[in-house]
Amino acid sequence: MKKTILLALTVMLIIALITGCTQSSSKSDKILIGVNYELSGETATYGQSSVEGIELAINKVNEAGGINGKLIELVKYDNESKSANATSLATRLMTQDKVLAVMGPATSGAFKATIPVANQNKVPVISGSATADDVTVNPDGSVQEYAFRICFSDSYQGTAMANYALNNLSKTKAVVIMDSSSDYGKGLAANFVNTFEANGGTIVAQEAYVSGDTDFNSILTKIRDLDFDVIFIPGYYNEAGLIIKQARDLGIDVPILGADGFDSPELVNLAGKDALNDIYFSNHYSSLDQDPVVQDFIKEFEKKYNKQPDAFNALGYDLAMFVVNGIERAESLTGEAVKKALESTTDFNGVTGSFSIDEFHNPVKAIVIIELKDGVQHSSERLSLD
Amino acid sequence: MKKIWNKVTAMRKWVFILLTFALVQLLAQVGIINDYLQATIATICINIILAVSLNLITGFTGQFSLGHAGFMSIGAYSCAIVLLRLPTIGGFLLGLLLGAVLASLIGFLVGLPTLRLRGDYLAIATLGMSEIIRVVFINIKITNGAAGLSGIPRFTNWFFLYLFVVSTIVLISNFLKSSHGRACISIREDEIAAEAMGINTTRYKVMSFTMGAFFAGIAGGLYAAYFYYIDPGTFDFLKSIDVLVIVVLGGLGSISGSILAAILLALISVVLQDISELQMIVYSLILIIIMIFRPQGLMGSKELSFKMFRDLGKSLAFRKESE
Repeated sequence: MKKTILLALTVMLIIALITGCTQSSSKSDKILIGVNYELSGETATYGQSSVEGIELAINKVNEAGGINGKLIELVKYDNESKSANATSLATRLMTQDKVLAVMGPATSGAFKATIPVANQNKVPVISGSATADDVTVNPDGSVQEYAFRICFSDSYQGTAMANYALNNLSKTKAVVIMDSSSDYGKGLAANFVNTFEANGGTIVAQEAYVSGDTDFNSILTKIRDLDFDVIFIPGYYNEAGLIIKQARDLGIDVPILGADGFDSPELVNLAGKDALNDIYFSNHYSSLDQDPVVQDFIKEFEKKYNKQPDAFNALGYDLAMFVVNGIERAESLTGEAVKKALESTTDFNGVTGSFSIDEFHNPVKAIVIIELKDGVQHSSERLSLD
Repeated sequence: MKKIWNKVTAMRKWVFILLTFALVQLLAQVGIINDYLQATIATICINIILAVSLNLITGFTGQFSLGHAGFMSIGAYSCAIVLLRLPTIGGFLLGLLLGAVLASLIGFLVGLPTLRLRGDYLAIATLGMSEIIRVVFINIKITNGAAGLSGIPRFTNWFFLYLFVVSTIVLISNFLKSSHGRACISIREDEIAAEAMGINTTRYKVMSFTMGAFFAGIAGGLYAAYFYYIDPGTFDFLKSIDVLVIVVLGGLGSISGSILAAILLALISVVLQDISELQMIVYSLILIIIMIFRPQGLMGSKELSFKMFRDLGKSLAFRKESE
């Protein structure tokens, strides 16, 4: 009995293998775009959110007739948040499925792992959320030919927040409490400190914590008696929420600044509504933005998914629209032509702001600064760095 | 007459090994095996080296280790760091060797105290060791911290993959046939009885642990020189579990089982990639079904051999006759 079942299973498996391998059909009437995202594993939330945005955008384009009469078909794979899978799936998309461009992965590391494949096969890879500083450039400073991104880098946010503190809030004495266990935290802190000091501010103290910490009272009591007028917390919402709560409890009521790591509904749950006053953080987009592009996107997104879009949804949407825009302008349907078209993108008007692509394949775009009042987004403004 | 027959039998293995190499090489050259299948083959080969070396520790010596990803990461980082400074074949081989030696050195140092533990305790200790290695890589400068190393040149190709897979299998199976190997197996069967027979159990446990770490280091080096990018997160304890799954699925104490399981699991994930959302669910279901019907693993502790096929042929012929 057992043997029969085993045999049956083996046969089924072999059939599955054969059918799986011979699945090649002629799709010349469609434009294929690869989607290589983290749908499961550690960073699945980023991947899933991005893909929701991408699918919304592609549906919209297809309903409007596609690109020059050709419909777009997404070839979607899950890289399980593993960089090796990202590499081999990029290879699969480019050499076996013959896609025109690949979107994703969402995280910097996995995205970097697909870039050599892209350069080799001359198919562009574009990420919506790979924010590490060196993603699109080689170690020698030259540009990675076939890699693009549409989000600003981590260091850009640090610089922007330093300028915002000095110029818009007129604060000159800062305390930095950073997450020393992530590159994100370290990169943001370094750029904030450099810009802040270069433009006349002083860093009164620099403290560090590691992700997973829950009690910050020793840090906070240490800085409480110092003379400062602003706090910068480069880190994620899990710890930042607790730091804000404990700081306010200790009577520290200066403005607190952060970056896109603050963008989560969890922040309110951790810090409480009352503590979330005078909080400013940089982000990719704000739902308060009255730009019709943003408001239309929010409406369509809520209609399809019954929830408020977050920054990754918005970036995914923009990413797909950006790629579609590039393909529309490409001279022919080849990876090289699409790459050239993407390089020459100017004033692309997206949900996360309008941007042009610079010589290093990064977007030149304004950053959004959001102010929280009683735990809700009170106001947002766009800040561009020149 | 028998001598000649023995010679042919011995030769047959090498002919089989060379033919497999030539076949894949040829299919890759004419394009039947495309770049994506080559990447899958690379994954399979690296997993075979990892699984066979872990099988030596867990399957044959009976020491439950969860630290294989740690050894692999040492190999990967050594090879990557050397390759980024010296991007030549020489650098690649130097990196591989350095990684393997460092990994086995760490294996030796960690093995000495921890292998006095047994069962679950050893598993926790090795797990802790691989986490320590990972955290060290996050915090030192030369590894570029949590961001990892990118732009590692690709030197791993079918030739090197196959060379190292075959050497790993040959070396480990020959080791197991030697008196040292038998001593390791006796520890698995009954540690107290082995000790009573005068076997220095700690010594043999450390020996197999060090050897396993050596080959895991090689696998890590091959990985780094194939997949362009490594970061500490790649080598977390889930990676150790992945390897353990292959070993248990193939059969604890069966080298050919580990090879079969590594190939099977890679093929299953290739097929399942077409159903991206359900992929992990179906994958897990297949694992559960296999473990329910084959709790001893695909091969148990048996080995696949030419003799097995001959016997199978004979028994089929016999069945026909009797009908």
